[in-house]
Parts: sequence; C-alpha cells; structure tokens
Amino acid sequence: MGPFASTVVDLARVQFATTSLYHFLFVPLTLGLGPLVAIMQTIWHRTGNDAWLRLTRFFGTLFLINFAIGVATGLVQEFEFGMNWSVYSRFVGNVFGAPLAIEGLAAFMLESTFLGLWIFGWNRLSPRLHLATLWIAVLGTWLSGYFILVANSWMQHPVGYKIVNGEAQLTSVWALLSNGFALRAYLHTMLAGLIFGSIVMLGVCCWQFLRGHQVELFLKAAKLALIVAVPVTLLQLVVGNRFGEAVTSAQSMKIAASEAQWNTCQPCSFSLFQIGGFTKDDETPSFSITIPRILSYMATGSFDGQVQGLTELQAQERRKYGSGNYMPNVRVIYWSMRVMAFAGVVMFLVAVLGAWLYWRKRLERTRWFLWTALVAIALPYIAASAGWVLTEMGRQPWIVQGLLLTDRANSPSVSTTWLGISLGFFITLYLVLGIVDFVLMRRYARPDRPVTREEFPEPAVTY
Amino acid sequence: MDLQIFWFCLIAVLWGGYFVLEGFDFGVGMLLPFLPRNEGERGAMLRTIGPVWDGNEVWLVVAAGATFAAFPAWYATMFSGFYIALLLLLFFLIVRVVSFEWRGKSESARWRAVWLWANAAGSVGIALIWGIALANLLYGVPLDSDGDYIGTFWDLFSGYTVLAGVAFVLVFAFHGASFLTLRTTGELCERARRAARLLAVPAVAAGAAFLVWTVVVAVDRNDKDVFPPILPAVIAIAALAAAAVLVYAGRSGLAFTMTVLGTAAAVATLFTALYPRVIVSSPNFGNSLTVADAASAHYTLAVMSVVALIVTPVVLLYQGWTYYVFRARVTGEEVQPPTEAIAPTSGS
Repeated sequence: MGPFASTVVDLARVQFATTSLYHFLFVPLTLGLGPLVAIMQTIWHRTGNDAWLRLTRFFGTLFLINFAIGVATGLVQEFEFGMNWSVYSRFVGNVFGAPLAIEGLAAFMLESTFLGLWIFGWNRLSPRLHLATLWIAVLGTWLSGYFILVANSWMQHPVGYKIVNGEAQLTSVWALLSNGFALRAYLHTMLAGLIFGSIVMLGVCCWQFLRGHQVELFLKAAKLALIVAVPVTLLQLVVGNRFGEAVTSAQSMKIAASEAQWNTCQPCSFSLFQIGGFTKDDETPSFSITIPRILSYMATGSFDGQVQGLTELQAQERRKYGSGNYMPNVRVIYWSMRVMAFAGVVMFLVAVLGAWLYWRKRLERTRWFLWTALVAIALPYIAASAGWVLTEMGRQPWIVQGLLLTDRANSPSVSTTWLGISLGFFITLYLVLGIVDFVLMRRYARPDRPVTREEFPEPAVTY
Repeated sequence: MDLQIFWFCLIAVLWGGYFVLEGFDFGVGMLLPFLPRNEGERGAMLRTIGPVWDGNEVWLVVAAGATFAAFPAWYATMFSGFYIALLLLLFFLIVRVVSFEWRGKSESARWRAVWLWANAAGSVGIALIWGIALANLLYGVPLDSDGDYIGTFWDLFSGYTVLAGVAFVLVFAFHGASFLTLRTTGELCERARRAARLLAVPAVAAGAAFLVWTVVVAVDRNDKDVFPPILPAVIAIAALAAAAVLVYAGRSGLAFTMTVLGTAAAVATLFTALYPRVIVSSPNFGNSLTVADAASAHYTLAVMSVVALIVTPVVLLYQGWTYYVFRARVTGEEVQPPTEAIAPTSGS
C-alpha cells in the first residue's frame, strides 16, 4: 500500500499512520525529557548549584517546544477515530472510549495545568512547590501514556468485554486496566521515552562539546544522560524480547510475520538479515543470516519452543473467520522489527561507549564519538516509528484483533475525495510544523547560545 | 438518577466548562491585534491567559473523550458527519496552540506579528465553527437510518446555525474583554474596558437572538415544549444583559461573573433544547439519534461515573488553585530583562 492508495480504507489508514507516527515523534521525548529536567531541577533544589538551574532551563525550553506540538497533534488523534473510523468508534466506544476519557480527565488535565504552573510559577511559588509542579506534570504525562496504551492494547488483545448487538461492551474494567499486553506495552513505551530523553540529551551535550562550548556545564548533563541511558537501553532490549512473548500468545500472526516464518518450526532460528522470502510464492529466502534457537527463545521463552508458521496460521484463521487473507504485509513487518531492534542495540552501544569515555575522562575530546552521539539522536525516532509500524501493521487485517476488520471500520459518510484532501491537508500542515519545530529546537540547543540563568524572565518561559 | 441522563448532563457541563474557560481565552486572542500598543502590552495580554489556557483546553479533550465513551454513536456520527468543519477546526486549534508557544521564540517583529494574528484567527475560527457545529445538533442534519450523515458541508449552514457561530464569537470577545479588565492594569486595562463597552451591545444582541431562536428551533424541529428550554435561555439573556449594564457601570468583577453565568446558561439552553436527542435528523426526524440509542451500556457508564465523581472535584480544586496563584494583575510595562549570559563556566 503506497501513498497513492486509491480506496477509502487505504487512504484512512495512510492518514492514521501519518498522523499517529508524527504525533509519536513528540510524545516520547516529552515522556523522557520531563523526568530528566525534573531531576536536574531537584539537584539544583538540593545543592543550590547554579549550573543545574541553568541546565534545567536549557533543557526545559527544549522540553516545552516539543510539548506544544505533542499537544496540538494529540487533538487530531482524538478526533480522527470519529472522523475517519465511525464504524469502529461505534463498535468499540463502550470499551475503548473509557480509557480515553479517563486519560483526558485524570492525566492530561494534570499535565497541562501543572505545566502551566511550572512555566509561569518560577517566582510565584516557593521553590519546593515549584519543583513539585514539574514532578506532578511528569506524573501526568506518564499516567497519560498508561491510559492510551490500555486503549491501544485492547485493539491488540481484547479483554474484559462481550459482544452485544454487534457492539463490544465492557464487562470488567479491571481486566481492561490490568491487561497483561497493556502492562508490557506500557513498560516498553516508557523505557522508549527514557531512551529518547537520554539519547537526545546526550547528543545535544556532545554538540556543545564539539564546539567546545560550556564544556564543564554540559558534562554534568552528559553524565546524567549516560546514567539513565546505559541501564534503560539495556533493559529495553530485555523488555522488548519479553514483550515478544506476549505478542506470541495474543497475535501469533504478527510474530510469524515479523520473522517471515512461513512454516511452523521447533526449535526456530532467528533471521538477522535475509533477501527474499517475503511472499507466498517465494517462501525461502535466497540469502539469509540466522542464529539457531533464538527465535524460539524470543517468542516463547524457551530455546525449544514451537513457533507457528504463517501458512498454518492462515489456515487456522480461515477456519475460524471464513475466507480471506489474514496475513499482514510480511516484508514490512519483518523489516520494521529489525530496524527497531538493530537501532535499539546501536543505542545501547552508544550509551556504553559514552559511559566508558566519560569514565576515562575523554568524552568531551573524542570527536568521532561526539559526532556519533549527535547523529544517534535520530535513532530513537527511527526505532519508535518502526516499532509502531510493527505493532499496527502487524495487526492487519484486523482493526481490533479477531473482532473487527479494518476494511469494515471506516466512516461511510466520508468520501475518497475528502479523505484525500484531508490527508494532503495534514501532510502539508505537519511538514510546516515539523520544519518550524526543528529550526526552533536547533536554535535553542545551539552551542553558541548563551545559557543564562535569567534566560526565562519571570513570568514566562514562552511569551 | 438514570446514568444516561447523568452523562448527558455531564457532557453538557464539560462543554460548558470548556466555553466558560476557553471562552475568555478566545476573547483575549481575538482582541490581541487591537488592544496592545507595544510589545510589552502584547506580552502582558498573553500572560493573562498564559498559565491557564492549556488546562482550559483540556475541557474539550475531556468533552470529546467522554462523548466517545458514554455515547459512542453520538461521537461517531457527529465527528464523521461534520468532517470538513472539524478539519478546519483542527487547523485553527493547532495553529492557536503553537502560536502561544512559538511567538516569543524569535525577536523578529514579523514573526511575532504572524503568530499574533494566528492566535486571533484561531480564536475566531474555533468559536465560529463550534457555534455552527453545536447548533446543527439541534437544528437537524440529514441522517440515514444507520445514523450516518448523508448531507454535504453546505447543509451545515442555515440562518440559525450561522447566527450561532457569530453569537459565539461576539459573546466570547465580550467575555474576554471583561476578563481583561480584571487581569490588566493601566492603559491596557482602560482600553480593555472600552472594548468591553463597545462589544457589550452587539454581544448581548447576538446572544439573545441566538437563545430565542434556539427555543424556537427546539419547539419547531425537536418536538419540545417552550418550557424547560426557555428557563436557561432567560437566565442567559438576563446575565448577558446584566453584564452589559455592569460594564457601563464600571463593575468589572460582577460583569465578568455575569458573562461566565451567561455563557454557562447558553450552553445549558442548547443542551436542554436538545434532550432527549443528541443529534436531530432533518428532514427524516425519525432517524434522529437519541440519548438512549447512543448511550454505552450501564456498566461502562457506572465505571466512568465513579471515576468522574472522584476525579472531577480534584481537577476543579487544582485548576481553581492555579487561578488563585496567578490572581495578581499583569502589568503591561514589564520589560524583558537582559538576556546576557551569567558567567559561562567555560568555552565561548
């Protein structure tokens, strides 16, 4: 399916993919930079060392520029379910709507209100209370993530519902909130946020070192970034693997597709790289590099585990749901999984290398690493986008796994023409927003910009 | 109380909260190009709403989310039916959000002017579109028997719905001006007072015309009696008229209280007129979507009620506290403090 897809459903899918991938360029940086800025302010509060105040304000500004677009594009997401997917909305509203509404009331309200207090409260609130407002705002962003992932995970692995008159109805809110799939997805996503925060922060610090600018100040921030980056990138590799197990039981097809595993295997080797083998007519790759037994371990937790193949799963699904193609796009799923995983490994290596150089007191002078870390800012963005492509395209043809097909879920009242126009509209608007945001972020992260204590005159960071 | 009715009321309250709170933010935005005479005053005007507008906007996010959860069919029909209108609305919402954050990020006068006008245009656009969209719920739109919208974009425009849009714009401009008289000082405050006086009569006239017409539409097109919609309508008209009188009498605090009450009562009028339907269908009245048709099952509503009853008071408490923290008037004379670095530790 390309950008020139012609049917209504394809256009609606491209639109949802575009807007949500774009939204998620900003969200994880908010999730990760928030706590890091809060830690910096906490250290300033504890030690009274001005350097930490200056860092708080420096990274706080980047945090806020980024936050604004996250908010703006989040509104689109909330509207888009109803606008483009009205059949879906009617079908799932009973279940899926609840976490969205709770997110707004209990989490988004918290982060928006307390962020306003933080931005404008520097001289109005006592330092303690002012620090608390940031931590509460951060709590809001993390709560927000939980409820959104509860909603999303229900589409991947529906629980706590029954079907009445062709609609899903909630039967247990506890089952919904404690969905194992959601808890794992939450952990995975929050770690991704911390990776975003720490890798971006490390990259920005390294940019400063490259220009020899305020080295002593930014070494403090680099240290903090590395202290976070090393454990979270490592943990993410483990959690990512464990998450695979949850996917295996809930969405066997997604795992089989992510490995381009056509035939059921036991034990199964993990394909690192392959050419061909992505279609029914071409099941065997012409070239591949594999590691024995690793797929079994990743998918089942045992080196001898059995992984069902696409062909067998397709036959099973057909018996269950009637004729049709129940396989996602194998090539896309295979590669999105690898792009995500390889980027994750590279980020771990960058973090470990950075920590070693820091420990040897050579970080700020090792220019090749400084350039690497600067370029590595792109990695979390690539990994997260690939991760969502895997998650969402891997669920196809279902919009809600096993319950509702994507091509029956769109809005009947919205024509191809208008979907095309709205897609063009969002792409144009988002491109402009993205360019302005990039220029602003760059300007405020620029090494020759003075990092002042009074940079944000009371009462405004932003106005 | 029946949970379906409770949630219908709660959604009305959420919309009411959104328009009361963001209403004055919109008003401030609309007046941005006209009231301030210099950069200091522009900054001051933005700072009157700076700490709160984002929190205020969340009331919309919650209203939409609550509609999705409590009345999925209402959300689905409304959002897919008003497609083009909502697309335009999203444009204005996005432009306005970033205008707040981006305007101050460059010293260039042109850059700042662009985002100032973006904020003003966004404020007018959002008020206008919501006025037209919500009025259409009552006025009636063509729905088929599945509850899907079968009209065109142009079906959303009629004398009544356009008046609703204009009334929203004028009332919010008035509401915002009366808010500014409470939050600014000196000449800026004086100009805000003059703006409030200038806007009072048109706002009351458009607001009253919209409210009276709403009652008429409710009777004509939604099978309602004059009572009860007339009750909140009368309160709204009286409150707005009182606000106008109070503005001329120089009683800013009371005038603002009255524009708050007027806005809330106007939203109440619209939803009272709408009940027991959530979207009226016209010409086929029988296809109208009712509260009972659109509502989620009892269990979902019960769960959401528990959450709402626990969380809403907390939200009101901390949002109220925010207004208390930033209660001091914002002065226009504030000059940007110097931005030179304090003793860089090393490097350049």
